[in-house]
Amino acid sequence: MSLLTVKNVSVRIEGKVIVENLSFELGPSDTLSILGPNGAGKTVLLKALLGMVPYSGEIVWEPSVRIGYVPQKIDADRHLPLTYSDLFESKCQIAKVPIEQIAKVSRIVGLTKETLATPVGHLSGGYFQRGLIGFALIGKPNVLLLDEPTASIDEPGEVHIYELIRRLQDEYKLAVITVSHDLSFVYRYASRVLCLNKRSVCMGPPREALNPDVLEKLYGPSFGYYVHDHGNSADS
Amino acid sequence: MTAPALYSIVLVLLTALAAGLVGSFALMKRMSLAGDVISHVALPGLGIALLLHFNPLIGAAATLLIGTILIWRLQQGRTLTTDVAIGVIFTAALAIGTLVTPSEDLIEALFGGFQSLTLPWFVLGVFAVSGIIAFIYSFRHKLILALFSPELAAATGINVARLDLYYLLIFSLTVLLGLRFLGALLVGALIIVPAATGRQLTHTLPAFLTASSAASVLSVAIGFLINRYYSHLTLGSVTLNLSLGPAIISVATVLFLLSLLRKKI
Repeated sequence: MSLLTVKNVSVRIEGKVIVENLSFELGPSDTLSILGPNGAGKTVLLKALLGMVPYSGEIVWEPSVRIGYVPQKIDADRHLPLTYSDLFESKCQIAKVPIEQIAKVSRIVGLTKETLATPVGHLSGGYFQRGLIGFALIGKPNVLLLDEPTASIDEPGEVHIYELIRRLQDEYKLAVITVSHDLSFVYRYASRVLCLNKRSVCMGPPREALNPDVLEKLYGPSFGYYVHDHGNSADS
Repeated sequence: MTAPALYSIVLVLLTALAAGLVGSFALMKRMSLAGDVISHVALPGLGIALLLHFNPLIGAAATLLIGTILIWRLQQGRTLTTDVAIGVIFTAALAIGTLVTPSEDLIEALFGGFQSLTLPWFVLGVFAVSGIIAFIYSFRHKLILALFSPELAAATGINVARLDLYYLLIFSLTVLLGLRFLGALLVGALIIVPAATGRQLTHTLPAFLTASSAASVLSVAIGFLINRYYSHLTLGSVTLNLSLGPAIISVATVLFLLSLLRKKI
């Protein structure tokens, strides 16, 4: 059973082709990573999946799907007097879910009472991102869409976020679609990878789908990579 | 004090309360400048109504409605020229309004004044204030998400463009309510300046909303007392004409300056 079926989807913005003729499926507990260079259409594809940009073709979500979305970057005004406590409460009210979910979600993503009460503009990148993931988890989603969830945080923070996503998937059986530039994330956490450069360049398990030819098509001939796999390695 | 005068005082204080709430969100939405100049659009409507001898508030409401829809469309475009367009259109409205308003009514149209109210206008005013407060209360969660991230709000199922329009209409209704007391030039300041004071003093949302409304009500109350008892204050050889609108906004500005000295709560 597919949670999501994407068939021949194209997105044009102001006459320019951003995504062309894309088809794929998402199963329960899948971790699909969308990989591609800047301007490849990754964020636009996520927005099309959310119905936020017009598209042609078919995007069909299974009726029981509840989506949680973590956007790429939010330039929170440092002077906004808003806390994650305010934002979580607002989401609970809008999604019509019990306010008790706030305590549970905060525990899952590791936000303390003090962090919840701190204005969002004053939080570190890591805690800000945890808050966004917590926000996405309110309403008990069974599919999580994350757009470069570690783009604005340091390396130790990245590991925490990746481990958090992995834990969410293991404990709550979430299907996850992640836009990522990070090949090590794709190899470690993704069950399938979709290589995107306007069109689909590859699709499948990372170790089968990603090879030097595919990466050259994505990033150009100057791209070099190294995979350590129990003694087997590939260089380009 | 007569009943019509009392109606006026009660309504202007209630309007101040609503202005504090509306202004808090205007400040967070970074629309202080647009918010301040939107009131200028009321002036051509006021002027035309005075020229043609029909109710000035109806004329002001009509041009405010047009101005609101215009500013909404400009904001949806989100181009670099939006600020320029807002600056040009709304200052042009002020110039055209000044040209068409009969000179004997111009000062009052620009700066307002104390006017007694009949019971039906008072009831209508109270109904409008209740509508503004009810809107802010009912839509606060959507407004909060939209000002944090319009993208996240849209992904949560909020129609952000429609919410922006509703908010601008409520903003204009607040302008319309304060217009007769503060005039087209100063009514926007009643919405923005007390909110700026509230923001200086607080760092949580409930405290911010409360402080903005309190600063707004206090500005109106003190401004009213100054206008009533010291409308022509003589300091040496200088006589100050402390009419209602300028008195209220002067008090609001003093409160803002004082707020710069205080720590946040």
